[in-house]
Amino acid sequence: MDGYIIGTIIKAILVLAIISALAGFGTYIERKVLAFMQRRYGPMHVGPYGLLQIAADGIKLFTKEDFIPSGANRLIFMFAPIITAATAFIALAAVPLLPEFKLFGMTVRAIVADLNIGILFILGMMAAGLYGPLLAGMAQRNKWGLIGAARTAVQFLSYEVVTGLSMLAPIMIVGSLSLIDFNNYQSGGMGEWLIWKQPLAFILFLIAGFAETNRTPFDLLEHEAEIVAGYATEYSGMRWGMFFIGEYANMITIGFIAAIVFLGGFNSWGFLPGGLAIVLKVSLFFFLMLWVRASWPHVRPDQMMWLCWKVLMPLAVINVTLTGLWMMV
Amino acid sequence: MSLEEFKDRNIGTQNYRMLDLGESPKSGMEKFKQVVERSVKLELFTGLKVTFREMYKALFKKNMHTVKYPFEKMPIAPRYRAIHQMKRLLESGHYRCIGCGLCEKICIANCIRIDTRYDENQRKEVSEYTINFGRCIFCGYCAEVCPELAIVHGGRYETSSEQRASFSTLEDMLTPLEQLAEQSEFPGFGAISPNADENVKKTPLAY
Repeated sequence: MDGYIIGTIIKAILVLAIISALAGFGTYIERKVLAFMQRRYGPMHVGPYGLLQIAADGIKLFTKEDFIPSGANRLIFMFAPIITAATAFIALAAVPLLPEFKLFGMTVRAIVADLNIGILFILGMMAAGLYGPLLAGMAQRNKWGLIGAARTAVQFLSYEVVTGLSMLAPIMIVGSLSLIDFNNYQSGGMGEWLIWKQPLAFILFLIAGFAETNRTPFDLLEHEAEIVAGYATEYSGMRWGMFFIGEYANMITIGFIAAIVFLGGFNSWGFLPGGLAIVLKVSLFFFLMLWVRASWPHVRPDQMMWLCWKVLMPLAVINVTLTGLWMMV
Repeated sequence: MSLEEFKDRNIGTQNYRMLDLGESPKSGMEKFKQVVERSVKLELFTGLKVTFREMYKALFKKNMHTVKYPFEKMPIAPRYRAIHQMKRLLESGHYRCIGCGLCEKICIANCIRIDTRYDENQRKEVSEYTINFGRCIFCGYCAEVCPELAIVHGGRYETSSEQRASFSTLEDMLTPLEQLAEQSEFPGFGAISPNADENVKKTPLAY
């Protein structure tokens, strides 16, 4: 039992360290990919190919003044970024990151906690993470922040329904909420992937995932052109950095969920071993998010609500109903 | 487009072509049909295709748009006129300025200061010549009024420096002696004609 606790702590620390490092690296990749798509070079002067730009940015963020505007609710203002960052990493606890592997003669499962309600826990945690922008926007006494907070609430109410309903159909088919079970269900090769059985749910989940991570078509919360920086207007330094790390960790989480639930997870894929396969799939989703950001414009808040409530939600309900009928027959 | 057409600022008299955007939908059903049409025709993916194509071109076809500025420079236009240059006489290498003071007189920003004195041969020489580039508006009057083509505008546009006085003294602006062979003139109005040498006649002694 002691070994289990120690192992879990080590895993938790490793996940925290690796994913936050990856989140930092993600900012570099994002800048590079966006630059290439606009025929620029992106960061390239700090270190080889600009790789040390992350370190330079990190130093800048850490050494910046910790500024709290007068009139802000100090406690909530200081607390809000922690919510975003913490929930993003807590959600990762239930995500199986890699297949089982052997280390020093022990079988290691690359998941911090194999919950039997894994997917529910992850979606719940990511939803709770929205309290970060909401509280931050309301606590900072800034009208842009307030608008950002209001948009957070609007976006949260709209897409969370779609996320849940689109996830429901695969859950019905697999009959479990654990991501390990999802993975095992699709262990029979590429033909067994749930994307072939649930293409609509996959698309709906992807759209909702973009909204969940505040990525471009739905990044109403900090829409630079309209509301300065939205909920993050008054934030600077490491507090702002925590929002950022949380957002990138969420992107990675959404990538993992989409890969595990719809694209066969960490089963070996052809000649590719499982660990490499899932890394490739998550990278694909990460790249897709950057690609979409480079290509598509934002939507207006009312368009997003229209899309979520009048298009995606009915489609998700129809999908769940049809799946139910198909399972009964 | 001809120059007259280009300079025509009477908005509304030109023949504009309207973009063919089609009718915007009015009823709910039409809106719905538009959404379905756009989704089925996968219009969104055209945007993705464009950005991916650009990335491919940038990475593999060397089609980057960036000029790595301090290491690479764009050629400047031939008519670009930046920081002043003082020219030298090609034969003797002496500066062309005769100290007439016309540039100081005509300067509307009042930024040129010139001081002259007699040298040991009782000839006029320029003892001080400075341009205050904090005031200069690069109108080009000094270059235009100069009877000796001594002061012209050059192509030097990188004018950040540690001192305000940089680029602005006579020594800074004069063509370095070792680069005298490369000293060039601007063509066009006011320039020396290509056959200037032939036109020079000896002043008759009886004059």
